[in-house]
Amino acid sequence: MKLLRLTVNGDPVELGVRDEETLLQVLRERLGLTGTKQGCDLGDCGSCTVLLDGEPVLSCLVLAATVEGRSVETIEGVAGADGLHPVQEAFDEVGAVQCGFCTPGMVLASKALLEKDPRPSRSEIRRALSGNLCRCTGYVKIVDAVERAGKAYPA
Amino acid sequence: MKREPRRWVGRPLRRLDGATKLRGDALFTDDLRLPGMLVGKMLRSPHAHARILSIDTANAEALAGVKAVAVGEEMPVRYGILPRAEDETALAVGKVRYVGEPVAAVAAIDEATALAALDLIDVRYDPLPAIFDPREAMTREDVKIHAETKVANIERQASLLFGDVEGGFAAADHVREDTFFKAAATHAPIETHAALAQYSGGKLTLWSSTQVPHYLHRALAKVLELPMERIRVIKPFLGGGFGGKGEPFSLEFVASHLARKTGRPVKIVHTREEVFLSHRGRHPMHMTVKLGVKADGTITALHFRNILDGGCYGSYGLVTLYYSGQLLTCPYVIPAYRFDGFRVHTNKPPSGAQRGHGGVSPRYAIDVQLDRVAEDLGIDPLEIRLRNAVQPDSVTVNDLRITSCAFSECLEQVGSAISWKERRGKLPRGRGVGMAGGCYLSGAGKAIYFNPMPHSSVRITADRGGGVTVFSGAADIGQGSDTMLAVVAAETLGIAPSMVTVVSADTDTTPVDLGTYSSRVTFMAGNACLEAATQLRDVLLAAVAEELEVHVDTLEIRDGVIDGPGIDADPLTFADAIVLAESRGGPVNGVGGYTPPELGGSYRGAGVGPSAAYSFSAHAAEVEVDLETGHVEVVRLIASHDLGVALNPLAAEGQVEGGASMGLGETLMEDYEVLEGGQLACPSLLEYRIPTAVDLPDLETILVESVDPEGPYGAKECGEGSVHPTIPAVVNAVYDAVGVWLHEVPISPETILALMKKDQTRRVAPRGATRP
Repeated sequence: MKLLRLTVNGDPVELGVRDEETLLQVLRERLGLTGTKQGCDLGDCGSCTVLLDGEPVLSCLVLAATVEGRSVETIEGVAGADGLHPVQEAFDEVGAVQCGFCTPGMVLASKALLEKDPRPSRSEIRRALSGNLCRCTGYVKIVDAVERAGKAYPA
Repeated sequence: MKREPRRWVGRPLRRLDGATKLRGDALFTDDLRLPGMLVGKMLRSPHAHARILSIDTANAEALAGVKAVAVGEEMPVRYGILPRAEDETALAVGKVRYVGEPVAAVAAIDEATALAALDLIDVRYDPLPAIFDPREAMTREDVKIHAETKVANIERQASLLFGDVEGGFAAADHVREDTFFKAAATHAPIETHAALAQYSGGKLTLWSSTQVPHYLHRALAKVLELPMERIRVIKPFLGGGFGGKGEPFSLEFVASHLARKTGRPVKIVHTREEVFLSHRGRHPMHMTVKLGVKADGTITALHFRNILDGGCYGSYGLVTLYYSGQLLTCPYVIPAYRFDGFRVHTNKPPSGAQRGHGGVSPRYAIDVQLDRVAEDLGIDPLEIRLRNAVQPDSVTVNDLRITSCAFSECLEQVGSAISWKERRGKLPRGRGVGMAGGCYLSGAGKAIYFNPMPHSSVRITADRGGGVTVFSGAADIGQGSDTMLAVVAAETLGIAPSMVTVVSADTDTTPVDLGTYSSRVTFMAGNACLEAATQLRDVLLAAVAEELEVHVDTLEIRDGVIDGPGIDADPLTFADAIVLAESRGGPVNGVGGYTPPELGGSYRGAGVGPSAAYSFSAHAAEVEVDLETGHVEVVRLIASHDLGVALNPLAAEGQVEGGASMGLGETLMEDYEVLEGGQLACPSLLEYRIPTAVDLPDLETILVESVDPEGPYGAKECGEGSVHPTIPAVVNAVYDAVGVWLHEVPISPETILALMKKDQTRRVAPRGATRP
């Protein structure tokens, strides 16, 4: 058991975690942030993607005890009080959401990409999202959404 | 036929639940938690076929934190999605039939305790010989997977004969017979199955990731021996189904049973491996196609033989068997047709229904065979398809009624989009284009159990604020049926979709809908919603007409405002109309139901295949085959789909793209393989490879509208037919690229290289040049 302090969506969090507890478990089961999804628990599907200090990580493969002092952004932290983030807005507008289970991870992976490069090519978008599986869409509209969202970022 | 201009139908519309899902607020079953909730886990068989000698649960029960243990004898009532194939129990009774079959279950205070308890359950087995090849299982009388099968392990033999097949082959100028194999595939939705059960005050509530709340409701009542009114089934947000959540599953009964046993809520969530083990995916099919044609390519007769590997339980298999035969008389006119099929039990996880149910693998075989025949005769593949294309308002040889049909247009559109005439047979070696067609039903004409009630029912209520709520049992599994209902209601009522709330898939509050399978929801629930909304509109306009003393036929609702003579000065809003109607005596409602017309023939098996409307599709693929490695890259895939009318083009394109992407996965990489001994070769998303974003091209969709006379606002299905043409389009493109025919799918670079080598020893192929 370890005392863990971290920042989640801008808020300070302090809790005791067991050695084997994953960041995904802490988010979903301890903090009630169920927007982060568990699709495989093996690092294969990308549904549990969150941003750790701005970098996309698979929270099912991150031991909670290792994120002491770091900053985590989950899907619940993406939209502002005044509406959706441009990435979310673009996903909604072009029809990039179907069942919605991969969506939180997709949004965070896309956001991380666009913050580095707001004008990625379609193949760069595909590469950046290749660790996030979607079984509904065939990815076309997801790539469309990321392309569109990039235009909201300063080039 | 051109469709009438509409206010909302045909406009790209955002999903009702888009923002909720994007913000992470959508609650899926595993996101729900209740006070005092326990975690359930199931112990699974390590044997492919074995008698259960004993189960000792004493040590598990004694573990601190364990609240209950369950074994099969506690729930011995058998169930199955088809009344004729109720052959499963919630936990194995007497014997196990596949590696991974649930044998016992525990409910404990947390996951770690539950898993520790599973290790303490002592099951003693007596292993039996196991069979994994259906062709072997058909004759092995010494090994019976089910005691009830009369001949070896054949669950059902189906034979259908229409027209003069012998005469048709005799009249043919060319007859070609070949065999094809399509491996198993599985749904792989990103959300794993989950069930949360609460038993309180003598009533069971089950939240479950199910596509079929109504059928689940019935099965729970039967297995748990509870009256239906003591059971409520709720489908929360659901993370993809594709057929993989389309029937009752063990975890739903077990969670319910453990909740009743402990008096505490119990949640069971499948691990990814358990999703793969539960399966119910595409049947492996061993197919033989004999096709006869005239010299001009006109089809004279077809004989299709199919052996379906059903795995160890019935599931939807009897329907799969008949679909695999029945759906082949379309989209090409087959004047004489014979089908012989077998569904056979093996010691594998059960095969069942997957997107495009029954028809996907046979479509691969037929559309490749059509290309082979065309090649033999020197006919262009597009031309042979157009020549045989099914036409509107016709009847197939097996009595399927075709009404709206734009199949020829689908073919022409993809042909034009891929520049067929300029490119087929004319690209450099390694590059090729191919094409295929398809068709699918807009909902099965018959319910799974016989009953005289509507297949879909909808109730709409209006509130004084001007909003309406649509209540429907239809399960939105991500395809967007809630939004579809809102579009239909809004269009009919003359209000904006944003004024419509949809409450769906809750057996306590919503009228019955048979569920999300056989591509039925838009057509059936859409029609029920149209009828309910029309009734509500009529009630509202009658009240307004009475108030204004005008004839009701002079009134209409447009953009939330009542329009008609005498109301120019002081506009009446939709909300005003509701208040007027409600003032005349109580809440304002509309109800509607949809029952398919009586369709199809009277022969045995005639109940599977008929539908009130069929979608049509054509795909064109362009591939690049690496001549050194045999690797195939699909460079372009163009999918046209006759969906009647696109109620919401955004959603419809998404369905077609999703269907085609599943088809590409099955063509190139997906193989649900069971190893000798019964171990699953692919129990994770690493081993079972579904397409990632880098595996697919930018799929191109062409929506073709034929305006169906019976569909809601002319709409038909688009979610399942969109899988059908993909596999043969790619396989035919590979032939165009390198001159080899692939008779097994998924295709592999090794096979392509071997076939190319064989081909080159026969003739020296022109390289890097335009082929003749």
